[in-house]
Amino acid sequence: MQRRVIFNNRILPYLLLLPQLAITIVFFFWPASQAIYQSLLRQDPFGLRTSFVFLQNFQTVLSDPLYLEAIEVTAIFSASVTLFVMTLALLLALMADRQIRGARVYKTLLLWPYALAPAVAAVLWGFIFHPSIGILGKTLNGLGLNWDYQLNGTHALVLIIVASSWKQIAHNFLFFLAGLQSVPPSIVEAAMIDGANSWRLFRKILFPLISPTTFYLLTINLVFSFFDTFGVIHALTHGGPGRATTTLMYKVYMDGYVNLNLGHSAAQSVILMVIVSALVWLQFRSMEGKVHYA
Amino acid sequence: MKKLFVVLSLLVVFSMLLSACAPQPTPAPAQPAAPAAKAPEPTKAPEPTKAPEPTKAPEPTKAPEPTKAPEPTKAPAAAPTATPVPTPRPTPPPGRVTVEFWFGLGKPLGDVLEAVVMDFNKSQDKYYVDAIYKGGYADTMNAAIAAFRAGKAPHIVQMFEVGTATMMAAKGAIKPVYELAKETGWNLDPNIYIPAVRGYYSEGDKMISMPLNSSTPIMYFNVDAFKKAGLDPAKPPQTWAEVRAAAKKLVDSGATKCGMTFEWPTWTQLENFSAIHNVPLATKANGMLGMDAELKFNSDLHVRHLQTLMDMAKEGSFKYGGRDGAATVLFPSGECGIIMASSAARARIQRESQFTWDVTYLPYYDDVPGAPINSIIGGASLWVMNSPGRTAEEFKAVAEFFKYISQPDVDARWHQETGYLPITHGGYEKTKAAGYYEKNPGTDLPYKQLTRTQPTENSLGLRLGNMPEIRVIVYEEWEKAFQGQQTAKQAMDNAVKRGNEVLRNFEKMYK
Repeated sequence: MQRRVIFNNRILPYLLLLPQLAITIVFFFWPASQAIYQSLLRQDPFGLRTSFVFLQNFQTVLSDPLYLEAIEVTAIFSASVTLFVMTLALLLALMADRQIRGARVYKTLLLWPYALAPAVAAVLWGFIFHPSIGILGKTLNGLGLNWDYQLNGTHALVLIIVASSWKQIAHNFLFFLAGLQSVPPSIVEAAMIDGANSWRLFRKILFPLISPTTFYLLTINLVFSFFDTFGVIHALTHGGPGRATTTLMYKVYMDGYVNLNLGHSAAQSVILMVIVSALVWLQFRSMEGKVHYA
Repeated sequence: MKKLFVVLSLLVVFSMLLSACAPQPTPAPAQPAAPAAKAPEPTKAPEPTKAPEPTKAPEPTKAPEPTKAPEPTKAPAAAPTATPVPTPRPTPPPGRVTVEFWFGLGKPLGDVLEAVVMDFNKSQDKYYVDAIYKGGYADTMNAAIAAFRAGKAPHIVQMFEVGTATMMAAKGAIKPVYELAKETGWNLDPNIYIPAVRGYYSEGDKMISMPLNSSTPIMYFNVDAFKKAGLDPAKPPQTWAEVRAAAKKLVDSGATKCGMTFEWPTWTQLENFSAIHNVPLATKANGMLGMDAELKFNSDLHVRHLQTLMDMAKEGSFKYGGRDGAATVLFPSGECGIIMASSAARARIQRESQFTWDVTYLPYYDDVPGAPINSIIGGASLWVMNSPGRTAEEFKAVAEFFKYISQPDVDARWHQETGYLPITHGGYEKTKAAGYYEKNPGTDLPYKQLTRTQPTENSLGLRLGNMPEIRVIVYEEWEKAFQGQQTAKQAMDNAVKRGNEVLRNFEKMYK
């Protein structure tokens, strides 16, 4: 038997939605529309002189070889972070999911990094890997690897990938663990009785069953690596050396806040919005058939 | 269920996008004092993290706020990791004309600035300056810009020297100091200020902003390491050939791991390098005479210098320590035997180093005729801002405050307590008369270097649009050169080409 509540009042539903809508409009839609508007203008930082330039900002940005370079850096960075985070988090979750002594302690400890602000995490990693005062930085140099993230672009990129991932692993771990724990034990037991080894168990039972979680995390991680890694980059490398760690997001910041070129910055953020929207749309399109929802 | 999940996730993702994509410059919230520049800079980024709920997407974390820019200019290299204790600001007493003063000088130098302001407030009972810390220089600048756009600009704002061109171009937003003086009946005599300081912030002989904290780069060297390497600390290297030889000897003898480094790479090795060799960084007197200036720092001498640095890096006598103030730590830690750094880094080096050290002038190439001449400054100055509803009394208060900080007593104290240069001749004479320089040998060297000749059009200062952006461009091109990805000539040519695009863009904005 289904019981349905029927509202005869036409206004009430909207009234109930209003708080959420207001927040969405004020904090999301309004700033976004401002960004689109700003992207069509050329304006000095103080707003004393404004001229409408249509799509000229977009043209300038898209024909800038440095912008294409930033796209490349972002692609490498996001792909590495996502892959690195999800692999490690899944591995940790699989290990924590077993019956081991002190499992709760491990779980708690594994969650800690998530509570840390990205910039703080970055400073810690910076200290650890500093070529002349960091423990690991010194060790790497001692091993004959000429480690210097301030001068070597590859080293810098590796460092910000590791620092960004480290923080995000905790978050992913939690979701994977929850996903694994929601797998019905009867299925696992049945598989084991049928003689499946742990790899087959994972490959044929667990992995497909947690695919909604995996899919969700894939999206979230991509968005995270696009937008939320600013603090790490800013605290560690400032986008350098050269332009080795200047991602699209960091370039938006540099052009907007440091170089005070609001038009270019706004155009870039609009492009960024389109890129990520497209990415997410593609993901949903391609994954829809392969994800099993319980 | 499936549809619902898809729709929900899409909504969440989209709202995150929207929030992350908005570059609206919101005024930075007043923050407790940040620990000032240290390497690596402990920028504070309080990203709101939430405990995740396993069944729902987590709250969208916010886009980077403009509050986390680092310490930008070469200001307080002398800064310990002060604990950010938010001191309650005293409320302005009623009945006084109150003006707002936003500053970006971190602790502990910011404390001295606040003390100066408090003393001004105590010195009379008509005016009150309300000093508010706004984060680093870049944050202060962004906050002032946002406030101006909202019609709530502060009366006075402290701005780093590389923001000078941007401020000067904002004609309606600022009130030049000479105009302020005329309107308020302040008999302003530009000649009491040190020429190399005043010139940076003047148009012709008209002062546009009020100098405050100025420093100039000098060379620090490790006396103990010099002795160990068999070098004579009484005769420190003066030319680049001597610096290179000394640095090599330091490394070869094992006295230090790295011979030489420098902080603020473009400021010490490009801007000041051009000034002391009397060669132009840009046409139009380094931009002082017009916005259509073009960069000129790909001359043979500039290329030769970068080549010297690259050669030194290769032979191991020079180590690139990173952008901005990141390299400062290499000297007090004992790693590098020589550093070219801001005169304001003195306090930090004194506090952190475990060895004897001394200072000397910036090195030069002795085959360049006429070299060396005076160096140029860095630091910040005070700008008067316009805003709707300003009264004549408020401007009078600003003028009184500027008059106050120009007094020899106040200036001398500022100079001695912060390590910044005196801004007036009076402040220098006062400090000298008090015997301060004898008690603290070397503290007058920056002043001497800055005043050793009359400034030429190459050594008066810079006025180039979006100078911070040009600095980053030079960092990028140099770093590529140091990594061996391009030659010195290519690096300098690229930097000039990209920098000129920045200048043209800036020019277009004001057409």
